[in-house]
Amino acid sequence: MFLFWSYRGWGRGLIQFFNVTKIYKGDIYALKDVTVKIDKGEFVFLVGPSGAGKTTFIRLLFREELPTKGQILIAGRSITRLRPKEIPFLRRNIGVVFQDFRLLPDRTVYENVAFALQVLEVPPKEIKARVEEVLAQVGLSGRAHLFPHQLSGGEQQRTAIARAIVNKPRILVADEPTGNLDPVTSREIISLLLDINRLGTTVIMATHAWDIVNSLKKRVIALDKGRLVRDDKEGVYGYEA
Amino acid sequence: MSVAASTSVAVTLFILGAFILLVLNINLIALALQSNLEIAVFLRVDTPRSQALALKQQIESLPKVKEVELIPKEQGLKILAQQLGDEEGLLEATGGVNPLPDYLRVKVEDPAWIGEVAAAIQNLPAVEKVNYGQAVVEKLLAILRWVRYLGVGIIGMLVVASLMLLMITIRLAVYARRREINIMKYVGATDWFVRWPFLLEGLFIGLLGGGIAAGALLWGYTALTYKIKLSLFFLPLIEDKTVLKFTALGLVGGGAFVGAAGSLLAIHRFLKV
Repeated sequence: MFLFWSYRGWGRGLIQFFNVTKIYKGDIYALKDVTVKIDKGEFVFLVGPSGAGKTTFIRLLFREELPTKGQILIAGRSITRLRPKEIPFLRRNIGVVFQDFRLLPDRTVYENVAFALQVLEVPPKEIKARVEEVLAQVGLSGRAHLFPHQLSGGEQQRTAIARAIVNKPRILVADEPTGNLDPVTSREIISLLLDINRLGTTVIMATHAWDIVNSLKKRVIALDKGRLVRDDKEGVYGYEA
Repeated sequence: MSVAASTSVAVTLFILGAFILLVLNINLIALALQSNLEIAVFLRVDTPRSQALALKQQIESLPKVKEVELIPKEQGLKILAQQLGDEEGLLEATGGVNPLPDYLRVKVEDPAWIGEVAAAIQNLPAVEKVNYGQAVVEKLLAILRWVRYLGVGIIGMLVVASLMLLMITIRLAVYARRREINIMKYVGATDWFVRWPFLLEGLFIGLLGGGIAAGALLWGYTALTYKIKLSLFFLPLIEDKTVLKFTALGLVGGGAFVGAAGSLLAIHRFLKV
């Protein structure tokens, strides 16, 4: 099962949404008939007003939710048809970063990142090596022993990113990662995400940060009221801030 | 919270263990009584000695009777006084009149005939009451049946209570760690990886309760049988170490079972993995 995940599919059209519709209770259409394809190595901005469906899109990606209609393929494999016990193995290949960081408050930076590996029962020696490597990558080597409340917002988010990439996932998903950060720190985080993308990880980032989107000219997928309204290769934000 | 759950398990299992030992002992006593070949015949209090003696001979002549012994009321009083420790005081209390009747101890050849002989003696004049092992046994077994119903009922309710308390405890534990659990899921932990610490916690609570119950029961039972042996020395009681050991182990095992069951139930209902 997880052999599959590590070999064949990861090369091609990595993420494919086919006519995906998500309806919540009370006839709320979070997503309407969304079809999109994201390739390996892409950096994609997911934009749209609040309630457009960005978060739903992301939650469908790591199977927190199931689509009401339509099909989602990741690495060529339908994730809607996954058996519950296979879901963890999907998630080990998708790193997720949240707006509110979601770190464990009673553990240090090191422990927070190591947690992601402990959960996968990686041997302790290997954990040490990988955590140190990834902390260096995000620039937090000197802060490893601190607790989240002792860190700035940017440092907390970098810890979260470190945790998300420590298992070397193929896909990194970020739901408004700069939402709680000031503009300067935001740019640092984006820069980090771009570095990660350059190393081969596909990055999908939902955001309201129009200035960043406009300055980077990456692919922009725009959602509005659940529908895909725009998919530009070198897009701009396109909404009022 | 865990203390409450452990205590509940301990109390439940203690009662269960006490119940089991009680039933076993009653069974043993019943068995002992059944093999007792004696019939106790109590005469009416005002029976003259001559009639008592005549009755003795009459019973001796009955078929299947091995021997008959007359215990006169004076002797009865002496024995009672010895047990109670104050002869003069007794006689004074009753106004100088011996309240005890004469009693005949009848030995039968074979326990199978006890019922028959007892019935025959019952019909003789001046006989107040006939006691023999079988009657007592039947009474005991009837009591035993009631004890069983009551015991099963009470223990059943206690088990349910303990399970619920355990479930609540585990639920609280799950709630307290919900952040960690969420992150574990994002990061790709398998369901059992998330579950097993809670299972262990439930198991521990159950084992602790079972251990306490076993310890308390062993200590209490030993103390109790010691006391009983001092006054009712003729009563056969279970003191076999193996039986006690098995009961104790059974209680600990029961604790583990309740602990595991409770936490699995709670995990199933409250831990959405």
